[in-house]
Amino acid sequence: MEKQKITPAVKRLDHQAICGIVETGSKVLDLGCGNGDLLALLVERKGVKGQGVELNNDAIHACVEKGLSVFHSDIDSGLPYYPDQSFDYVILNQSLQEAKRVEGVISEALRVGKKVIIGFPNFAYLEARILMFFGGRAPIVSSLPYEWYSTPNLRFLSIKDFKSFCAAKGYKILAAHYLDAQGRVRVLPNLFAQNAVFVITK
Amino acid sequence: MKKSVGPTETKYFTFAEAQGFELESGRGLGPITLAYETYGQLNSEKTNAVLVMHAFSGSAHVAGPVTADQDPAWWDFMVGPGKALDTEKYFAICINVIGGCKGSTGPSSVNPKTGKPYGLDFPLVTIGDMVRAQKALIDHLGIKKLHGVIGGSMGGMLALQWIASYPGTVECVIPIAATLKHSPQQIAFNEVGRQAIMADPAWNNGDYYGGTPPEKGLAVARMVGHITYMSNDSMEQKFSRRLKDDNTGFKFSADFEVEGYLQHRGQSFVKRFDANSYLYITKAMDYFDLSDAKWIPPEGLPGTRFLVIAFKSDWLYPSAQSQDMVRQLQMKQIDATYCEIDAAYGHDSFLIESEAAKQSHLIKHFLAKRK
Repeated sequence: MEKQKITPAVKRLDHQAICGIVETGSKVLDLGCGNGDLLALLVERKGVKGQGVELNNDAIHACVEKGLSVFHSDIDSGLPYYPDQSFDYVILNQSLQEAKRVEGVISEALRVGKKVIIGFPNFAYLEARILMFFGGRAPIVSSLPYEWYSTPNLRFLSIKDFKSFCAAKGYKILAAHYLDAQGRVRVLPNLFAQNAVFVITK
Repeated sequence: MKKSVGPTETKYFTFAEAQGFELESGRGLGPITLAYETYGQLNSEKTNAVLVMHAFSGSAHVAGPVTADQDPAWWDFMVGPGKALDTEKYFAICINVIGGCKGSTGPSSVNPKTGKPYGLDFPLVTIGDMVRAQKALIDHLGIKKLHGVIGGSMGGMLALQWIASYPGTVECVIPIAATLKHSPQQIAFNEVGRQAIMADPAWNNGDYYGGTPPEKGLAVARMVGHITYMSNDSMEQKFSRRLKDDNTGFKFSADFEVEGYLQHRGQSFVKRFDANSYLYITKAMDYFDLSDAKWIPPEGLPGTRFLVIAFKSDWLYPSAQSQDMVRQLQMKQIDATYCEIDAAYGHDSFLIESEAAKQSHLIKHFLAKRK
């Protein structure tokens, strides 16, 4: 018997959220695209014209295997050659916290993209707070799974931190999605959300 | 171990017999013969052809065992059934460049006007001329659109020239360890090679056919070239300061293994390469200049995608040159993938199977049709 082709459910909630944000046929630049799972999903589900930027060699190979176009670079220096507003969306999902020059990366992303999607782990998540407060140690939770000595994260920010950053820079927040392990978080996101996905513009 | 393509015959295509072929220099050349080889089957729609461009001293014999007077295959691990350039899917074509000495018309060919080899009467040819001559053969084969053009080093420059000369005729462009133009350092190394040849009295202003060729000069040129194709690390690993078994000590014979290796490389090169071709082809590479985005038409290159590959240890064609290429593509919003592969062997990494596994992987997947 022939198996019916079933579209598999999107495993990662942040990917699901971003997939819901991006309009069909958009031009998308994914900064720190990793092995290309999100970009491949956007190509498949939303027919986007996608381009990735990634530093890790093995991840680049995984992207090419998926038929994606990817540029070997870090996200701090990968942008200056794209024309202004040449993408509908620039995505920084789970990569901003690894950037050296955060302000520069975001301002460049807003130059080349009409809108910027930023997803990051919320450092002020309840479980992390508890571990910090009662355990007295740097928190290790599912959204922040690394030891202090081996984490790729250079930045530890909360949802509140990001909002005040946008206010200080004059960036408009067009949408915000707050997620825990099960799904959407609707109350007190800075306390209950593990991850946040923001859509911002200039 | 994947199987190799079987024995492949070198074929010849002659054109521009009646009317000469006009070169960029304004001079004419004709008739022109191109030596070429093909692997796999051209499909009925003629849409699966991939043009493989050889590097400076390469030949049309890309893959398979050596028959007749063929050189050893230079990319056997890349081209064949089930390999990155899968000959069960694609029709691979490799054409020896004009100006060369591997079967295509060059300075060692007979000038029909004199009945003697051209020597320095052979006109200077450019990378653009080489590609234009190749186009004549591709047209002759009835191929309107290539699935890909691919090559390393000078082969990459030829691939870039192809898309610059014939935009819209290729889907996948894959320049490897290449550049849009030679830097002064690259020109300088070529000039040392040329001077070594021309300083050899046997060179005799290029008129040595039928006599003694300038083997000493050509061997020195190759030795210099060979150093630039390796990396310091790969030389350390391969030779370190080890002495040859038969070293005599305190004489100017080859004591160190690296000396013996270079001499051996030089000696074997003179048996298979023409000194005048060395001069002509290196000059063509030095003249090549597609910088200033001259190679991208104003309307961009819709339907074409690039895979640009560089090697971390390549100091002759450093990755910055490949990045420059990709930036120009980014500025024009052309679909491009760029990867700097962490291989240790230097410029020649693209020819070394053990170094190039990642290269093969990228190429295999990149060539696959996209949805």
